[in-house]
Amino acid sequence: MSTPQQDVEDWIRKTIAANDVVLFMKGNKNMPQCGFSAQVDHILRALNVDFKDVNVMQDMSIREGIKTFSNWPTIPQLYVKGEFIGGCDIVREMLQAGELTALFDDRGVSYDASKLTA
Amino acid sequence: MAMDAGEIERLIKARFPDAQVEIRDLAGDGDHYAAHVVTAEFKGKSRVQQHQLVYEALGGRMGGELHALALTTGSE
Repeated sequence: MSTPQQDVEDWIRKTIAANDVVLFMKGNKNMPQCGFSAQVDHILRALNVDFKDVNVMQDMSIREGIKTFSNWPTIPQLYVKGEFIGGCDIVREMLQAGELTALFDDRGVSYDASKLTA
Repeated sequence: MAMDAGEIERLIKARFPDAQVEIRDLAGDGDHYAAHVVTAEFKGKSRVQQHQLVYEALGGRMGGELHALALTTGSE
C-alpha cells in the first residue's frame, strides 16, 4: 500500500480526524514490537482508553510520512483529537504529572484511572 | 551507527549556550541515552516544542544515528 507522499499525508489526516485517540506504533496493540511503543500502548490500556493503533511497520511510506507530518523523528506518536501529543517520553512525563488524564478530561476522551498503579 | 555522550552535549550546547545538559548512557552501546536539558529558551514552549528544538540541535540524527534518547526538558 505504499502511496505517493500526498496520499500518505491525506491518509494520516483522515485517520487522526476519524479517531479520538490514535497511536502510530511499531507493532499493534496486542503485540507491540518495540519497547517505546509498548510503553505508550501499556499506558493507554492501563487507562482503559479506546484507541486506534496504526502499525507503521506494515508500510514504510507511513512510517516515514508520519515523521514528516508531525515534525517528530521517532515512533511511537500519540494523537488525541487530531493533535500531536508526543512520543514515549512526553506521554510518560504527562502521565506522571497528571497532565495526560487532564488532557483526556479536557478533550472529552473517556478513560478509567482506577486500575492505574502509581 | 552510534554517538558518544560528549557529541550529544556539544551539539545541544552549540544551539543553547546557556543550557544545563545531563546525559546518561543507558546501555553502554552508544545508542541508548537519557538526557535532561534545561535552558531559559524553553520558557513558554510546550513539551513537544522543547523536544523538537533539541532534535533540531541534534541535526536530524535522532531516530537515525541516535536510536534512543530518553529526553526530559525544562526551562529552569
